[in-house]
Amino acid sequence: MLTEEIIVSFDQVEKKYDKESVLKTITFELERGKFYTLLGPSGCGKSTILNLLAGFTSPTEGSIYLNGEDTKNTPPNKRKVNTVFQDYALFPHMNVFDNVAFGLKMKKLSKEDIKKKVSAVLKLVRLNGYDEREITGMSGGQKQRVAIARALVNEPDVLLLDEPLSALDLKLRTDMQYELRELQQRLGITFLFVTHDQEEALAMSDEIMVMNEGEIVQTGTPIDIYDEPINRYVADFIGESNIVKGRMIEDYVVSFAGKSFQCVDGGMNPDEKVDVVIRPEDLVLTEAEKGALQIRVETQLFRGVHYEIVGMDNDGNQWMVHSTKKTEPGRRVGLQFEPQDIHIMRINETEESFDERIENYSAPASFSVEEGDRLDG
Amino acid sequence: MVKQRKLLSVPYYLWILLFVIFPVLLLLFQSFRGLDGSFTLVNIQTYFTSRVYLTMTLQSFIYAFLITVLTLTISYPAAYFLTRTKNKQLWLLVLILPTWMNILLKTYAFIGILSQTGMVNQLLDFMGLGAQPLLFTRISFLIVATYIEIPFMLLPVFNAIDDINDSMVYASRDLGASEWKTFSTVILPLSLSGVRSGVQAVFIPSLSLFMLTRLIAGNRVITLGTAIEQHFLVTQNWGMGSTMGIVLIIIMFAVMYLTRKRKRGVAVR
Repeated sequence: MLTEEIIVSFDQVEKKYDKESVLKTITFELERGKFYTLLGPSGCGKSTILNLLAGFTSPTEGSIYLNGEDTKNTPPNKRKVNTVFQDYALFPHMNVFDNVAFGLKMKKLSKEDIKKKVSAVLKLVRLNGYDEREITGMSGGQKQRVAIARALVNEPDVLLLDEPLSALDLKLRTDMQYELRELQQRLGITFLFVTHDQEEALAMSDEIMVMNEGEIVQTGTPIDIYDEPINRYVADFIGESNIVKGRMIEDYVVSFAGKSFQCVDGGMNPDEKVDVVIRPEDLVLTEAEKGALQIRVETQLFRGVHYEIVGMDNDGNQWMVHSTKKTEPGRRVGLQFEPQDIHIMRINETEESFDERIENYSAPASFSVEEGDRLDG
Repeated sequence: MVKQRKLLSVPYYLWILLFVIFPVLLLLFQSFRGLDGSFTLVNIQTYFTSRVYLTMTLQSFIYAFLITVLTLTISYPAAYFLTRTKNKQLWLLVLILPTWMNILLKTYAFIGILSQTGMVNQLLDFMGLGAQPLLFTRISFLIVATYIEIPFMLLPVFNAIDDINDSMVYASRDLGASEWKTFSTVILPLSLSGVRSGVQAVFIPSLSLFMLTRLIAGNRVITLGTAIEQHFLVTQNWGMGSTMGIVLIIIMFAVMYLTRKRKRGVAVR
C-alpha cells in the first residue's frame, strides 16, 4: 500500500478517563476514499475514536496522524476533519443557509463563493430551496441532511459520522443508508461511520472494524466479517448465529453434536476445542432421515420474510433455522448444510494469527463467490 | 372535570383581582385627584412640566441603567466560568446565598463596612492614605445596589449558558471556529434569552430602589422610588405619588417590550 493513500493512522493510541481505560492501545490505518465503519455496543469506545480524531479530546498515550502529520498540537478547528453529530448539533439560532455556511464563513470565503458552495451542497443532499428555513421547523430526516451538508461543504479529508441515523425511523434510515453510501462513492471522501447497528454496517461499509471493550476485535470487509467471524463475540454481534462447541479432528474435518463433518477450515492443532458457527439462513429443513443433523422443533415464529424455527438436537445444542417453509413444534426434522457453511473459530485467537491461518487455509475461490451471492439474496 | 378545574382557579383570580388589578385601578384613580380631593389632570400636567420630576425620572433611568450594566459585566463572565467549573452547582449556591438574607441586614452591613470608622477606611488609614468619605456617595450607592442585584442577573444567565448543549461548542470548533469565535457566534447568541430575563429582573426594580438611596446614598440619589415614598408618607400628596407609580408601571411595560424575545436568527445576522 502506498503511504500517500493512508489518510488517518492511529499508532498505539490509548485513552483513559480517571485511570479507567476506554481505549486500549489501538492501532489502525484508514485509506483515502473508503467507507469505514466502527461497529460495537454502546460504551465500547467507538465514539472516543471519533472524538480523538476530531480533536475534542487527546490521547493519553500514542499518536494520531492525519495526512501523515502528528495531530498532537492541532486544535479541532485546524483539522481537515468534519463531524456529523448524533443529535445533529445544528445551531438553533441560525437558518439552514447560515448553518451550512458557518464553516465557510470561518474560513473567510467571499460572499459569492459561500452562496455558490452552499446551494451546491444543499442540492447534493436534496434540500435545494430550503435556505431560509428555520431549523426548529424541520423533520428529523431534513435536519440530518442539513447536518451532512454542513460538514460536507468544508470538503473534509475525512467525514466522521457519529450514529447519525439512530434517531430516524426504519424506512428513513434505510433510505439514508443508500444515500450516504452513494454520496460517499460519488465524492470519494473517506467516511468513518460509527454505529451499533450491524445491518447498517454490513450494508454501507467497505471495511468494518468490530469493537469490544476498548479494543478492535476484527477488521475486514462485510463479507469477511459475516462469514469468518474471529470469535464468539463477533459471530454473535453480527447477525443471528448458532454457536456450538466442537472439536477439530484434523484439517477440514470437525466434530460437533456427536458427528464428524467436512469443513473448509484448517490450521488448528489436532483435537483442539473450537467454536462452530452456522448461520440460521444456511440451514435447510428436510425430512429427519435426509438431514445431517436431527432436531426436535420447539418454537416457530413468523418473521415476515421467513419463519424463525428453534429446535434441540440429541446432544442438547439449540439450533435456530431461518426457513421460508414452515413446520410444526414437536416435529422431528433434519438439517442440511454445506461444508462452507460451517465456520470454525479458535478460542482466544488473535486477529493476526487468525488472518494468517485464513490466508493459508481459505476456501477455494468459487466458494467466496457463492457466499457473496448469498449475502445479496 | 372541567367544572372542578375552574373551581380550583378561583383563588388565583381572586388574588389577581384583589392584589393586582384593584390596586392598579386605585392607583390610576388616585392619580387623577388633586390635593383637595377634586378630579383633575393637574398631577400629570405637573409631572411632565416640572423640571424636578423630569430630572428625577432621568436620574432614576441613568442609575438603573448603570446598575444593570455593572451587574451584567460582572455576572456574565462569572456565569460563563461557573458553567465550566467542576462543582458548578455548589459554586452557584455560594454565589446565590446572599439572597437568602434580608436586604435591610445587608444594607446595614454595608454601612458598617463603608462608614468613617469602617473596615475599608481602617485599611486605607493603615496604608497611610487616610480615611475617605465613602458612605453617602453616589459611587457607594452603585456598588451596594450592584452587589444586591447580582444574583438576579447571575441565575438566569447561568441557566441559559448551562442549557447550551456541549455538542454546539464541538460543532462550532469542528467547523473551524476558534474558541473566541465559538463564544461570539454560538454561545453568546444562544444565551441572550438569559441576559434578557436578567436585565428585566434587575433594571425594573433598580428604577425604584428607595431604601438604599437613603441608607447608603444619604439622599444624594433620588430615584422614582424615593419620590413615591416621600409623597405618600411625608408630604401626603397621594395624587402625585400615584401618578409617578403609573409612570413607573408604563416604563416597566416599555422595558419588557424592548427586551422581549424576538424571532430567531435576528441576533446573529
